Amino acid sequence: MAIVEAKNIKKTYTQGKVTVAALCGIDLMVEKAEFIALAGPSGSGKTTLLNILGGLDLPDSGNVIVDNHHFSDMNQADLAALRLHKIGFVFQAFNLIPVLSAIENVEYVMLLQGVPKTQRHNRAKAILDDVGLEGRYDRRPAELSGGQQQRVAVARAIVSGPAIVLADEPTANLDSKTGEDLVLMMQKMNTEKNVTFIFSTHDQMVMDYATRLVTIRDGLIANDEIKV
Amino acid sequence: MILLAVIIGVWSMIFLSALMRGMETQMVRTAISTLTGSIQIHHRDYRNDPVVENSMDSMDKLDQALLSIQDHDIFWTKRIRVSAIAANARHTGAVTLVGIDPEKEAKISFIGNAMISGRFLLAEGKNTIIVGKRFLEKFNTKIGNKLILMSQDTQNQIASKAFRIVGIFSAESEAIETQFVFVPISQAANMLKMGTSISEISILLPRLDITGRQERQTAVRLQHAIQDDSIAVEDWQQLLPMMKAYLKMSGFFLYVWYVVVFVAMGFGIVNTTLMAIFERMREFGLMKALGMRPFQIIKGVVTETFFLLVSGILTGTILGFLSVAAIATTGIDLSALAAGVQMWGIPRILYPEIWVQDVVVAGVVVLFLGILVSLYPAFKAARVTPAAAMTKN
Repeated sequence: MAIVEAKNIKKTYTQGKVTVAALCGIDLMVEKAEFIALAGPSGSGKTTLLNILGGLDLPDSGNVIVDNHHFSDMNQADLAALRLHKIGFVFQAFNLIPVLSAIENVEYVMLLQGVPKTQRHNRAKAILDDVGLEGRYDRRPAELSGGQQQRVAVARAIVSGPAIVLADEPTANLDSKTGEDLVLMMQKMNTEKNVTFIFSTHDQMVMDYATRLVTIRDGLIANDEIKV
Repeated sequence: MILLAVIIGVWSMIFLSALMRGMETQMVRTAISTLTGSIQIHHRDYRNDPVVENSMDSMDKLDQALLSIQDHDIFWTKRIRVSAIAANARHTGAVTLVGIDPEKEAKISFIGNAMISGRFLLAEGKNTIIVGKRFLEKFNTKIGNKLILMSQDTQNQIASKAFRIVGIFSAESEAIETQFVFVPISQAANMLKMGTSISEISILLPRLDITGRQERQTAVRLQHAIQDDSIAVEDWQQLLPMMKAYLKMSGFFLYVWYVVVFVAMGFGIVNTTLMAIFERMREFGLMKALGMRPFQIIKGVVTETFFLLVSGILTGTILGFLSVAAIATTGIDLSALAAGVQMWGIPRILYPEIWVQDVVVAGVVVLFLGILVSLYPAFKAARVTPAAAMTKN
């Protein structure tokens, strides 16, 4: 049973007088525990597809099913609830809350879920240890390096045990060594905890680590390759 | 900005309402002290036709009835009050002749503290009269001179008597100084052949109830105690219907002013909140991406506005109280507008008065409407798509 199903997804954007077709009919199925890279040049529609798979944006037509939840049957509140419990996000620009410490950023999602204080504090601490940030719990984002911030973002994305993690160009703002360490860490999460990862990237290093490479060009899937 | 707008708005609401309430209270006090009293007892036809025929003579019954409301803080006095003509060698004019018990009258009406020259009346004083400062100028006369008063007596004859001016009084308005002349009640009764009959009894309660409730209750008790349909007991609101209407209108316009202040403030709240929302759109997009429901975003924005409003209301209220306290003893001098304010019975020096209900209403109006207007920006923040919000700078 696929954990993510996207059927005939279409999306256009209008900017002034110009209409841009970002997605022209995407069909995609993702199985549990896959480690997929959505690759393609800038403007190919990778980020748009990722946003739609995560319910951050709505397609013009088509349907998305994540963990048996049909997006077409859901309103904004339902989508938010789904994201809270089932979908984790890692963004290119980290998007940590600057006034919260590393552990508070990780706890934030569990706070929204209503997890009791002690429990969420302990889980956040454990996850930060897993991503290699032991001892840095109380640092604010401004006091962390780019790589460390992204690790906090990954910790935040997986702390509540989501069904899928969507990572939009997570290594774009990192140097190659830091980026590779990050991908290795996420790969470890994938193999040890069976978390499904879907990346959008044009970083070759990330594509090399992916077990499945979906190439998108001009809003359509040009190639879908499972690597051995 | 929201905080500043709320502080200034609430401050202005409280300060202005204190000035208006102070003015209202002083107007009523002035009206009551200008011979109206908190309550009056008179013949039921006396107000429509204030002639000697419409006087009261059942003094025993009235004395008994007055015992029913006896309190060491309640004062009352008897009066004879008729229309008369005053004349001297230089001038003739219509006046209201008021026969008073000087000792009791001094505790009830303005006349007790109004003397500016000469002396006050004595109960046993023969043919003595006190007149207003403006009257003196109008009649071109002075203390020691004679004044002839003419009126109709109980036998329908023209009664006239010469009085000697022994004192001059000053009042809040020149109209009062010109209209009223005071003589000992015994002299008035003698002149008009009234015997023990009187025109009215004026009663002053210890505390002014500007709503008139307390006076009304006492008047009803008295009416019940008197048990005589020929006698009417009326409180100041019944005696001064225009004053009552003015107070009602004033109260209404005060709250209209509150709404106007709030509308101005409301635009500021909406505008500033919208700007803040737009600046934080990326933050809201992130929160939604992480799983915050639209309702939670609305709740967050409204809660932030709530705390801003409460802080502003508290600060504005404190400033309101402080600014009222600053002028509480000196008041605001309206002498420059003397002629205009006199016409409306407004005192020359205005002392503010804070009413608790005005403070509460100001706070509640601002809080309630402030939260209401913040809903629009809150809904705007909640409706944004996370992807669109997070692309904003």
